[in-house]
Amino acid sequence: MSEKYIARSSQIAARMLGGEMMVMSAVDSTFFTLNEVATAIWQAADGRTPLTEIVARNVCDEFDVDLETARRDAQQFVDELSQHGILMVSDHPLDVSSGPAEAA
Amino acid sequence: MSLMQEMNERALELGIPLGVHLDVTYRCNERCVHCYLDHDDHGEMTTAEIKDVLEQLAEAGTFFLTLSGGEVLMRRDFFEILEYARELKFNVRIKTNGVMIRKSEARRMRDLGVEQVQISIYSRRPEIHDAITKLPGSLKRSIEAIGLLKSQGLKVTIANVLMTVNMGEHAGVQALAQELGVIYTLDPTITPKIDGDTSILNLRIPGSELNAVFHNKNLVGNVEEFCAPPPSPDEDVMEGYPCSAGHTAGYITPYGDVFPCVQFPLPSGNVRRQKFIDIWRNSPELNEVRSIRAKDLPVCSTCSHVGTCSRCPGLAYMEGNMRGPSSADCEKSFQRTGIPSANMLRKAHASVHGPLIQIQPLAV
Repeated sequence: MSEKYIARSSQIAARMLGGEMMVMSAVDSTFFTLNEVATAIWQAADGRTPLTEIVARNVCDEFDVDLETARRDAQQFVDELSQHGILMVSDHPLDVSSGPAEAA
Repeated sequence: MSLMQEMNERALELGIPLGVHLDVTYRCNERCVHCYLDHDDHGEMTTAEIKDVLEQLAEAGTFFLTLSGGEVLMRRDFFEILEYARELKFNVRIKTNGVMIRKSEARRMRDLGVEQVQISIYSRRPEIHDAITKLPGSLKRSIEAIGLLKSQGLKVTIANVLMTVNMGEHAGVQALAQELGVIYTLDPTITPKIDGDTSILNLRIPGSELNAVFHNKNLVGNVEEFCAPPPSPDEDVMEGYPCSAGHTAGYITPYGDVFPCVQFPLPSGNVRRQKFIDIWRNSPELNEVRSIRAKDLPVCSTCSHVGTCSRCPGLAYMEGNMRGPSSADCEKSFQRTGIPSANMLRKAHASVHGPLIQIQPLAV
């Protein structure tokens, strides 16, 4: 299976609220809240770091989750957000400048 | 409870200003007869000051940012402000008359990820719309702007303020919104000018027209449900807050003044002198607003409408008491349900019985 790279879309709004990330798409006004693990993946989605590395470094190491479970959950998360255009997914590194992941 | 409501609840618990309305200028190219602002520049915040405020708002946790005016595009640096706001990942909504929006502005707003643009239309007939804005050709240009924004894929809302001078026009504006494929909202609220001048309140539509609006299924949907008598208020209602102003929502003027809401001009601090977060957390005025529960409203807490009324604390404040009734909202509750408010009954009682003591100045 080829490596995947993920990047935050520039067409979103995002902010931390009480430990959860709020994300809203400007395209279809879909509103999401991300839990701590999803937020960690979101914040690491810089278009350059492979998803497997993000999962290993930002999920398994930080949240004490086994690699297989974390990979499966991350894939599901990425699929859902990419369907709404909130995350961009590619087989190659993405050249994006999506700004800060959030403030606050 | 929807996800959005949950976030609002959480912001309320944490004291986060989730939504802030920032007027970047009061200057405008229109002179709408009902406008509550004066259009001179009394020393607007500079680009750098506004960027600093945006950083502070992001830091404070603000997510929804409404950029409005005046006419936002009267500021030459508007797109610089907008770009910075989007870099800070605000969900940005813009209120504009659209007159200065051409293809390039519409494209820029789309590229910058603006979530929604609201444009005011008063009538689909230029002789009425343009007479309200006092800008010849404004209807044509506003409608063109809606088309341009829509063609870029932006979400557009037509805001239709209803007043005596465009009373019969809402069906036409609603049909126009449908033809253009945009959202339609109607608002029969005319507010006093921000300096307290009430001269424009004579533009408020009469009760009979308000009644017709509230019983129009094309406007309110299920009339029976919308106009149903209010249920008896329970403890939750009496312990509840009147609205989000000062709780999860705030307003900043082009001069840096902080109010609880654009419709609630209670001076609470100025970002040119203090950090926004210090004003938000420590302003005695905002803390007073936050302290008020429905049970603390001397007249409204005795009213059967207390749980369902659209009572605006800002309008009540402009009537003289932020804990008092907002007469315009009493009228709305009455026209909606046919049940007079406690405030209306109190006034009727006073006018029947007259004042207890009459003091007449001595003739000299």
